[in-house]
Amino acid sequence: MHMADALLAPAVAATMYVASGTAAGVSIAKLRKDDNPQKLPTMAVAAALVFAGQMINYTIPGTGSSGHMCGGMLLSALLGPYAGFLSMIVILAIQCLFFADGGLMALGANIWNMAFYGCFVGYFLIWRPIIRGGWFRNMETKAALRLKIIIASVIGCIVTLQLGAFSVVLETSLSGITELPFGAFCALMQPIHLAIGLVEGLITSAVLIFVFESRPELLQDVDSVEKGIPNKRSLKTTVIILAAVAVVVGGGLSLLASSNPDGLEWALFGNAEEGYSENMGLDEENFGKESTVADKAASVQEKTSFLPDYAFPESESAVGTTVSGIVGGIMVAGVALLICFLCGFFRKKKPKTA
Amino acid sequence: MDKINRAALELREMDDLAARQSPVHSLHPLAKLVTTIAYILVTVSFGKYDLSGLLTMALYPIILFSVSGISMRTCFYKLRYVLPLVCAVGLFNPFFDKAPILYIGKLGASGGVISMITLMLKGVLCLQASFLLAATTQMDALCAALRKIRVPGMLVTMLLLTYRYISVMVDEVSVMTTAYKLRAPGQKGIHISAWGSFLGQLLLRSMDRADELYVSMQLRGFAGEFQYADVKRAEVRDWLFAILLPAAFILLRYCNVAELLGQLLSRGTGAI
Repeated sequence: MHMADALLAPAVAATMYVASGTAAGVSIAKLRKDDNPQKLPTMAVAAALVFAGQMINYTIPGTGSSGHMCGGMLLSALLGPYAGFLSMIVILAIQCLFFADGGLMALGANIWNMAFYGCFVGYFLIWRPIIRGGWFRNMETKAALRLKIIIASVIGCIVTLQLGAFSVVLETSLSGITELPFGAFCALMQPIHLAIGLVEGLITSAVLIFVFESRPELLQDVDSVEKGIPNKRSLKTTVIILAAVAVVVGGGLSLLASSNPDGLEWALFGNAEEGYSENMGLDEENFGKESTVADKAASVQEKTSFLPDYAFPESESAVGTTVSGIVGGIMVAGVALLICFLCGFFRKKKPKTA
Repeated sequence: MDKINRAALELREMDDLAARQSPVHSLHPLAKLVTTIAYILVTVSFGKYDLSGLLTMALYPIILFSVSGISMRTCFYKLRYVLPLVCAVGLFNPFFDKAPILYIGKLGASGGVISMITLMLKGVLCLQASFLLAATTQMDALCAALRKIRVPGMLVTMLLLTYRYISVMVDEVSVMTTAYKLRAPGQKGIHISAWGSFLGQLLLRSMDRADELYVSMQLRGFAGEFQYADVKRAEVRDWLFAILLPAAFILLRYCNVAELLGQLLSRGTGAI
């Protein structure tokens, strides 16, 4: 689900940076308030572990394929939402810088799509209410907790992945990158991530159950429940919170089933009456350009911005423009090659003289 | 090779690349960071049909790859992560945007095809720029630079600590995976019976290790944040790099050099 820079418009990327930055600021402030410096190495080691753990292939029984573990849920269950969020940021930053997994400009969006939902939504709206909730009262505490961990992990992974995938669709569409209708794009992304979420949830729950069996004190909220510390939240509140989550997720999913997905598109991108392609962000992009470019630059720009309206020009000038563009492109490539050659020439020469 | 072993190898490779010496490596990390961000912003802001303008932006990575002496091949291999999603998004453009907007002789290319190529090119260029930043800057230097622009110390310290620990963890997981594979030949991944215990055991051990790590860090005088001994000072060339290049990007954004060069050349040949 890592997004590349090319999938985002600068304005959308900046907005996501601000949103993720704010969440990071709140997390740092919370952790500073706790004043537990011992947590820092634990966070770093857990982040490194999740990074490595995500590369392990788990065989899915009955199928030939394999799945992976979900980092956000695991980290927030182990470290809490704030520390988990920061650990996820670090993982995403390293993936972006050293593995080219996700872009530098898209980092804000990636943090939001994967870390924010995984840690904050996953913890506050799913993990904590379920673990602390009064479910399975007739069972013994340990067995009930085991069930709750499985349920929380699976629901958590499915919900957070759905939200993440939906955000990817929304961000890409708002950036005006794809011609794919919003509804069709959703229909492409959401079901895939539903399956991934289910498998990731099961794997994550297996890891968490193992930790619970051997060292329950490592898991958030589990310890207090085991020791019989009274719940702050009643079953009723838990159900209300879960219902709210269901409404939010359902709202996202219902866009999928919408018989008229284009309706949203028109609403998002204005009411151009011409071709379909006119609507998907094209107007927005050109709007900014035209308002800022100086007159002379604009005249050059006009020749190069191939709007569909000008798609059937009196061909001579258009062919001229196109050909010159190609010739120019080839020349640029030539210059680049020359630079490469010169650099290589000098570099090779250096050791000889030295 | 395994995914995990490949990751370990890639990390080491990036470390080696960053430890090399070249004019690009010796630039101030902050200058490189600013220029990279400016480059990505300008590249992404190109219109979706502005292919010829975008082509000129390829100059920056090409020149930097040459000057830094890093092979472009290493970078292309990394495209495998991000390019699939970019392609998946871009591949639909030709089906929805069919109006021909470019003619090469009598052959017309539709808007969708142009916007697809533009999108993919953007993906490749942005990736090359951030790869160049990571491949020519050592992690310590980058973290010191981030600290300088007031990125919270907690985040930067975590970034550095995690980076150091990733290679340890990746090696450990790699050893475990190999051991598991040897005992379960022909099996594709971890069997369901070991789903929890496989990573769980490592997790428990790591948590204990983190405590020991903290104690040892405290004994060496750690007080919540790393101290950077030799923070590089910005020189004139760093300033020039950080100011002139972003200015050049903006110039290329608003003045289509490929187009102008082409026009000049076509006019020249026309006269002949």
